[in-house]
Amino acid sequence: MVVDGVSKRFRLYHERNQSLKATVMRKRRSVVEEFWALRDVSLEIPAGITFGLVGENGSGKSTLMKCITKILRPDAGSVTVNGKASALLELGAGFHPELSGRENIFLNGSILGLSRKELDRRLDDIVDFAGLHQFIDQPVKNYSSGMYVRLGFSVAINVDPDVLLVDEVLAVGDEIFQRRCQEKFIDLKDAGKTIVLVTHDLAAVTNLCDEAACLENGRLKVVDSARRVVDQYMNSMQDEGPAVEHESNGDRWGSGEGRIEHAELLGADGAPVTRPRSGQALTFRFHYQLDQPIDRPVFGMAVHTLDGTYLTGPNTRYTDCVPDRLEGRGHVDLHLDRLLLLPGTYDLTAVIYDYSCVHPYDHRHRAFRFNVDPGELRETHGMVSLGGHWSGPLPTRPRHQSG
Amino acid sequence: MSSRQLMVNLTLRELRTKYKRTALGWAWSLLNPLAIMVIFTLVFRVFLKIEPPTGSPSGLKNFPLFLLCGLLPWTFLVNATNGSINSLVTNANLIKKSYFPRDLLVASQVVAWLISLAIEMSLLTLVFLIMGNFNLLYLPVVVLVMLALAVFLAGLSLALSAANVYFRDVQHFVGILFQIWFYLTPVLYPVSEVPDRARSLYGLNPMVGFVEAFRDCLYHVRLPSFARLGSLLLVSVFSFVVGLWVFNRMEGRLAEEL
Ligand SMILES: Nc1ncnc2c1ncn2[C@@H]1O[C@H](COP(=O)(O)OP(=O)(O)O)[C@@H](O)[C@H]1O
Ligand SMILES: [Mg+2]
Repeated sequence: MVVDGVSKRFRLYHERNQSLKATVMRKRRSVVEEFWALRDVSLEIPAGITFGLVGENGSGKSTLMKCITKILRPDAGSVTVNGKASALLELGAGFHPELSGRENIFLNGSILGLSRKELDRRLDDIVDFAGLHQFIDQPVKNYSSGMYVRLGFSVAINVDPDVLLVDEVLAVGDEIFQRRCQEKFIDLKDAGKTIVLVTHDLAAVTNLCDEAACLENGRLKVVDSARRVVDQYMNSMQDEGPAVEHESNGDRWGSGEGRIEHAELLGADGAPVTRPRSGQALTFRFHYQLDQPIDRPVFGMAVHTLDGTYLTGPNTRYTDCVPDRLEGRGHVDLHLDRLLLLPGTYDLTAVIYDYSCVHPYDHRHRAFRFNVDPGELRETHGMVSLGGHWSGPLPTRPRHQSG
Repeated sequence: MSSRQLMVNLTLRELRTKYKRTALGWAWSLLNPLAIMVIFTLVFRVFLKIEPPTGSPSGLKNFPLFLLCGLLPWTFLVNATNGSINSLVTNANLIKKSYFPRDLLVASQVVAWLISLAIEMSLLTLVFLIMGNFNLLYLPVVVLVMLALAVFLAGLSLALSAANVYFRDVQHFVGILFQIWFYLTPVLYPVSEVPDRARSLYGLNPMVGFVEAFRDCLYHVRLPSFARLGSLLLVSVFSFVVGLWVFNRMEGRLAEEL
């Protein structure tokens, strides 16, 4: 597949009332701002590889996918695809609620370019994969959203495309279905199909993709091996982030009797630090506010990497410093003699739970972000150090048998 | 190959869902024109005493039948055009998320309504046949005119539905246009009521030719002139070519404008 100098321009109407009056009055709908969602993107994706596409929200990934599938017409450049391309942009987009699952399979399949005969042949596979035997003759409006998505995925993947484009649909469905999808991808990959994968799950890019590209503001920034692109992408996010920890827009849940107000990083001298260094003594301080007395509250934190790997999750129960009852304002500290995280960007979660660690009063999931700079801990491989000491090397001496 | 398959499936979807969840189902497709016929007959024939023309050479003089010959093609026009205009908007999700020949959405609307028209026309023909007011030789002409009308409407619908995506005023504008167009078309009255002076201007309305052709075959039982048939075919092809051209020009940015 060759993408050659593709550019795509959108028009943004400040007042999006598409009306003749506006056109006539203002002549040529002049209050239009032009915006380049893609600028001169050239890519060559060899047949048979799995290609990842990363970039921030709004960088043009979906737009590029739509240009490849001809949904959008590029304003400059061209796209050449060898073979049939099928896009998993939105699952079940074309389903009609009043029609049965079976009727929708035929409709959706023919939109994806399958003939009646091919569809007849694949009907069983499609129904099997979606696991919807009993429901296949019911109108899809009676389906749960999970069933809906499964059917959509099943149709799209059974089109048997030469090129499969997947835009952030891997995150749908339950875990079992997600695993089935991943397996299906690996099958397709082994069968020599070309797959283009857009996802926020950077771990999936490194695991599944051979090559990858990174888009930034509609321009192609880098094309390289998947691992290197992901590394570079994470690095660039690091550079741009503010030096101090900041609140990212993570999820928050809990019953709310108590709240984590904010989190701080303190150095050995008790002063706040902006960028902790790897190997430095560090304190995580969490300020809490409990509106009513809480019995045996447990404070905890967690550290995630940006690609979602859960690194560690210490809490106050492990060290037996749980008060019988607590109310009001205050803070809890976690002291580290040495910060064992390697340089990089990490997300910090802060929580208050009940003693059983089942009921959350406040769970601020990946709510804070902080950078770790290189320091006296000089390791560079992996994400954490075990903090050990090497000794030796000691040559092995031949053993002498005693008497 | 597979786009023909898609065309069939889209049309089937239209037909299957049109009267889903209604108690009377497909009967509505006949009840609608019948209801309009009864109302118009009451208003124009019974209260306003409008005389239907006498069929020549058939000698028939019957207002409801006279009316239906024009009313059925007219409702086809309204339904097919409005259906097409809506179909691009209601299928926005499909257009934005997958690629397929988009003109098939319009084509399937026109074909679905053509099938309705064919059913209605068959029943009307049957009535004429029972009354002995029919010449089977003209049946192919009726079918030909119906097809020409469908091609004409396909062109009109392609242009209007694409334009409506860019300017949503089009659908409202079309509503008013149809009101005027209806009275400029000889549905409620015969062409002979139109003053001679205005006749040539009046004849520029393509629907005049279509309605007259149906009436010639069914009500009067005579062959429409070849000039009339020829001009209908010409107008259909012209409308289709222009409509397709407009649609293709606008199709490129359909997904982003919706
Ligand atoms: N139909 C559209 N009209 C105007 N702007 C659009 C349209 N579709 C996308 N955009 C803009 O183009 C940019 C790229 O969008 P997109 O390709 O969806 O980004 P990504 O998938 O990388 O998050 C965004 O700024 C978005 O607002
Ligand atoms: Mg996107």
